[in-house]
Amino acid sequence: MNPDASTIAAGAPIEVDLTPITDGQAIKVFWRGKPIYISNRTKKEVDDARNVQLSSLPDPQTDQQRTKEGHEKWLVVIGICTHLGCVPIAHEGSYNGFFCPCHGSVYDTSGRIRSGPAPTNLPVPPYEFVSDTKIKIG
Amino acid sequence: MSGPSTFQPQNPVVKWIERRLPIFGLVHSSFVSYPTPRNLNYWWTFGGILSLMLGVQIITGVILAMHYTPHVDFAFKSVEGIVRDVNYGWLLRYLHANGASMFFIAVYIHMFRGLYYGSYKEPREVLWILGVIIYLLMMATGFMGYVLPWGQMSFWGATVITNLFSAIPYVGESIVTLLWGGYSVDNPTLNRFFSLHYLMPFMIAGVVVLHVWALHVAGQNNPAGVEVKNTEKDTVPFTPYATIKDGFAMVCFMLFYAWFVFYMPNFLGHADNYIPANPGVTPAHIVPEWYYLPFYAILRAIPNKLGGVIAMFAAIIVLAFLPWLDSAKTRSSRYRPLAKQFFWIFVIVCIVLGWLGGKPAEGIYVIAARVLTFYYFAHFLIILPILSRIEKPRAVPNSIADDVLAKNGKKAMASIVVMFAVAGALFAGSVQDARAAEGGPVPPSEKWSFAGPFGKFNQPQLQRGLKVYKEVCSACHSLSYIAFRNLADPGGPGYNAAQAAAFAEEYKVKDGPNDAGDMFERNGRPADRFPAPFPNENAARAANGGAYPPDLSLIAKARSYDRGFPQFLIDVVTQFQEQGPNYLSALLQGYQDEPPKGFDLPPGSYYNTYFPGHSIKMPKPLSDGQVTYDDGSPATVAQYSKDVTAFLMWTAEPHMEARKRLGLQVMIFLAIFAGLMYFTKKKVWASAH
Repeated sequence: MNPDASTIAAGAPIEVDLTPITDGQAIKVFWRGKPIYISNRTKKEVDDARNVQLSSLPDPQTDQQRTKEGHEKWLVVIGICTHLGCVPIAHEGSYNGFFCPCHGSVYDTSGRIRSGPAPTNLPVPPYEFVSDTKIKIG
Repeated sequence: MSGPSTFQPQNPVVKWIERRLPIFGLVHSSFVSYPTPRNLNYWWTFGGILSLMLGVQIITGVILAMHYTPHVDFAFKSVEGIVRDVNYGWLLRYLHANGASMFFIAVYIHMFRGLYYGSYKEPREVLWILGVIIYLLMMATGFMGYVLPWGQMSFWGATVITNLFSAIPYVGESIVTLLWGGYSVDNPTLNRFFSLHYLMPFMIAGVVVLHVWALHVAGQNNPAGVEVKNTEKDTVPFTPYATIKDGFAMVCFMLFYAWFVFYMPNFLGHADNYIPANPGVTPAHIVPEWYYLPFYAILRAIPNKLGGVIAMFAAIIVLAFLPWLDSAKTRSSRYRPLAKQFFWIFVIVCIVLGWLGGKPAEGIYVIAARVLTFYYFAHFLIILPILSRIEKPRAVPNSIADDVLAKNGKKAMASIVVMFAVAGALFAGSVQDARAAEGGPVPPSEKWSFAGPFGKFNQPQLQRGLKVYKEVCSACHSLSYIAFRNLADPGGPGYNAAQAAAFAEEYKVKDGPNDAGDMFERNGRPADRFPAPFPNENAARAANGGAYPPDLSLIAKARSYDRGFPQFLIDVVTQFQEQGPNYLSALLQGYQDEPPKGFDLPPGSYYNTYFPGHSIKMPKPLSDGQVTYDDGSPATVAQYSKDVTAFLMWTAEPHMEARKRLGLQVMIFLAIFAGLMYFTKKKVWASAH
């Protein structure tokens, strides 16, 4: 009952062009049936994410660990709430990061869980920068 | 089912078979001569009702499966195809969907009856545990069945429930992948759920056989909770006594069932499930079916993910240990003054937990859910064990015969009334609360010709509504489930076949490929569906400032709002179900040129009083005099809104008139049948009381 060959093949890496994403905009792409948020964060959002006491986080991770060096403004996370799998809404909630409408989990601009029932941060999918304006997810 | 049969066949053919396979003897000893306690009340008829419901679900389900397509692209469409095009498909689908709810109502009453009368106690432990297994199988079957229509609630319910298993340490993720057959809930998931949904009812039927077998070995419990001492005095043969009584109860239950199937078939479902599944958009408020709500409340009450999942499953598993947790010698709570009170508190706790399960998980609701979750477990793990040690039960009757002599027959009818009141409250309460309506004032209730048990569509109104749709709405909104031929269907706008064909002629429909391999356009035919204004969703979004104009075929059933307590209880009786039409009509008339002061209206949006969040991308679609009516009706926005809403109600529920007409016949038949059964039952039981 594990995924069949065609399902696995369809889950191959995808490339996403970042040029159309303006400052402060977040887009959603699908990879392996999962929504992936690609967020072009503003300076303020990046600073908000970095000026946080790690000890105050339920699942401590620095913003540096969650982004690629040299591409700090880009946040790429799987848009699936770690509680029960709903899709959080971008630019919502008290941290202006992500807000899950199902059971009220609030994530910050780095996709880290801040309040609500979700146990962990939004996972970062495997991805790399192919060029400055293009990433490969998977 | 136990012991050698006393059956003595006379017919030579039966004799011949009986010598080789004693099946007639088995049936005879199980369902004819089987001794049942004389003092059973109507709460004991739910076993029979459950067998009936299992039969109904299997029969309707097998036929539905002949028309259903388990594929993400076709599942939603094929369900609509069943409702619209299959002969009596609407009846099959509504019987099956509401049948699941009825099945659970009956099983909950059956279980509470067992709890109250101590039916789990020695020597019926295995019987009880088999019942818990059936209940677990029912929950799995019901959940998978709800996924099959592939609406928004199906998809997101499946996502949330399958994700529960990811909480299991180490192997959780692998289990979830096995359930999904992929990286998320998708086509493989739907396929395997369909397969399992077809399999599990037969597993249930198998366990039911064991359940009945165990019952016939241990014998039925009874309200007095004393064992049969003298078969002659304490029992009556199953046939005709129990058969006729169960039969009467079944007919009464069918009346209740038919009320929902024929008059408010969507009351127990979610409006969101009339929106096709979309993996990119989560509904604002995901709730399971009403029958899972108490357990959903327990899941959410525990702040830890794994803890919540464990608590939820433990809440069911704890039932299996009940025979050893409650060690009191007296079975029936009738003779246990304390246990009786705690039983009713427990019933109320379960109902309130169900209500909380439909509320958003925040603030006071979470705290209340935590307290009640604690109480739920305390009832089994603390209260019952202590009670069984400290309680002084009253004296039980010497025998069942003594019990029959001591009481009168009035109580049973009172029980039935209480039963329906409790079931109704539990049910309606949780369902209505489960529905979401965020933001915006409640739309005013309008008068609709199709409301109520005798409501019909107003043909001229549907024709006017079609005109409004064609001249205004169709510029952006599709109507993909409606074919031109439907315009000539009985119970619709009342055109004849030639008029429908002429109407179709006016449209251009894409067809092909032709011999040269090219797509071409031709005039519409009656069998074609209304062509969509945009080739696909992205084109529609691009042309409408990023918003997707939804398909309107089902919109009147896909929108709803909360009616609040106690209105939803009254709605069951008055058959109010016009939330969708009220909302649509209010929305079309709810535009304001200037948003109220302080409201930040995003660019490209318009202010609408009734739209959730008030900021809508659709510009004010209707204005006075925009559409010319031939029949002299006022050419006003109010009139347009009502007409097009009525038309969309017809597109959402095209067989409504046939449904209500058949409903009336069925209700009259069942009512007369119930009366006849009641008097037959009285006659049969006259000597036994």
